[in-house]
Amino acid sequence: MFLRRIAALGLTLFLAAPLARAQLSIEITGSGAQRLPIAVVAFAGEGSLGQSISAIVRADLERSGLFRGLEVPPLSPHPTETAKVSYPEWRSRLADALVLGSVAARPDGRFEVRFKLFDTVKQQDLSGVAYTLRKDQARATAHRIADFIYEKLIGEKGVFSTRIAYVVKRGTRYELQIADADGAGEETALASFEPIISPVWSPDGRRLAYVSFEAKRPVVYVHSLLDGKRTVAANFRGSNSAPAWSPDGSKLAVCLSREGGSQIFTVNPDGSSLRRLTSSSAIDTEPRYSPDGQWIYFTSDRGGSPQIYRMAANGGEPQRVTFEGGYNVSPRISPDGKMLAYITRNEGKFQVGLLDLANRQTQIITDSDRDESPSFSPNGRMILLATVTGGRGVLSAVSSDGRFKQRLSAAAGTDVREPAWGPFIE
Amino acid sequence: MRQTAIAAFSTAVLFLAACATTSDTPPAPVDGPGGKPAAPVQTQPVKPVDVTGKPGPTANPLKDPKSILSQRSIFYDYDKFDVRDEYRALVEAHAKYLRENPSARMLIQGNTDERGSREYNVGLGQRRSDGVKRMMTLLGARDSQVESVSLGEEKPQSDGHNEAAWSKNRRADILYSGEY
Repeated sequence: MFLRRIAALGLTLFLAAPLARAQLSIEITGSGAQRLPIAVVAFAGEGSLGQSISAIVRADLERSGLFRGLEVPPLSPHPTETAKVSYPEWRSRLADALVLGSVAARPDGRFEVRFKLFDTVKQQDLSGVAYTLRKDQARATAHRIADFIYEKLIGEKGVFSTRIAYVVKRGTRYELQIADADGAGEETALASFEPIISPVWSPDGRRLAYVSFEAKRPVVYVHSLLDGKRTVAANFRGSNSAPAWSPDGSKLAVCLSREGGSQIFTVNPDGSSLRRLTSSSAIDTEPRYSPDGQWIYFTSDRGGSPQIYRMAANGGEPQRVTFEGGYNVSPRISPDGKMLAYITRNEGKFQVGLLDLANRQTQIITDSDRDESPSFSPNGRMILLATVTGGRGVLSAVSSDGRFKQRLSAAAGTDVREPAWGPFIE
Repeated sequence: MRQTAIAAFSTAVLFLAACATTSDTPPAPVDGPGGKPAAPVQTQPVKPVDVTGKPGPTANPLKDPKSILSQRSIFYDYDKFDVRDEYRALVEAHAKYLRENPSARMLIQGNTDERGSREYNVGLGQRRSDGVKRMMTLLGARDSQVESVSLGEEKPQSDGHNEAAWSKNRRADILYSGEY
């Protein structure tokens, strides 16, 4: 259909409609191999919410790279979740899955959204959910519906309700922003005239640790998003940088120069219980815990060029992990612990590499040339990263198989960088 | 290797300083022509007035463009961390200032160009500022007087994306307390 033709021509698809308020606009380039065709019919009465829930659901599903939203012409009578579904009719529209729903205003001023998901191939009702919401919760509700559909049909959790953090540079001003995974609903957590780098989410999604240069040198802060309270986690003599949360949220691994050089320490988020983990004359930085908490992966140039190593989470003899190429940095372990994403320099280009930790196969999954700061989605399906196009910093997301790509860019004259994908929120 | 070179350099500096002091001897007395005793020369007596103990408007050598102390940036070659010979007089002058002003405090900020990981660049900038600090202390500054930090690639002097810009951004900047 229309969408497939666009994709086949290799053109760029702009999903602009549901993102009118978004500061980041999303552009999808390249597509997944097998995309499940799904018909998300406009929810009856959804106009009363001021935005189209069905359009947000469809855009979410398409952004995953695993779905193709079908165009649905006006139907009469307009079907809702209570309708008896004519499966052959939806099969003839080439839909493998169908979503029907409705929105009703309640006497208390709130709204009720109901929907049902159908498998038109197996001719099955896959059930649905009813939500009660305020008008300003329409987007959040749409993301939850998309998560439900994704999990039912793909068999893993969706990330549409998760949030991302990133830094926007606007002239001399730096803003640490939080937005929905689709770039909408951005909020500024911190604004500064000095750089902000390396934001990382606490495992419970309530706090960010980051490095701010507001004291004319790098200092690690922990920032509670709900009340804006900031505590200093590491402000020792010298440089304090590269924070990483332990999976249980009890510790931060950081890079400090207090004892000379750049070495990895652990510290409690309140700044207590400092402990040194590495002791080398090299740069040891960018620590990241494995999801099981057993290991810390980090960047070190102890072998002459920056490479990725790992050591036991409480210290110990490091083992080298990357061997190909002369510049491998910024290690990130996938949520299932099986893959290592990192930045590799390849003929002068900085790109995202992916290393299978079991069979040691590596592949480069981006075709840009100034990639930085990769960040796995909590379901491991996508990797968010910073790159540069046309001299501007933008965010890009690529599926872990490298097939599906999208770009998130902000208003002209701004740079976006340092993305961090937040955890699942219950 | 680099430490040895710095040590040799600082030894040379101290030796030269010692030579300068010993050559500063009073002139020998000179007799008049023909060996006759010289006639006494009358001079007007001068009453000395000393105001050095009072504060007065003296130029701050750290801000005086004619003083080497107003030079605050050391630039580096790509992927290099050693201070080039052309900056050694600058480092020596600042070390001397710290020696002579024990209450002075210095912040050295290491910087890199924009290529590569921001956090690894913080490490590379730290290697530059640590190197300058080491020279300062070898030349007699106290460890407590000098703090070395890194700004990584975050504070470029030039916003360009070519070698001309990058060479301005690979640098260490010297600041004194009150300036940061």
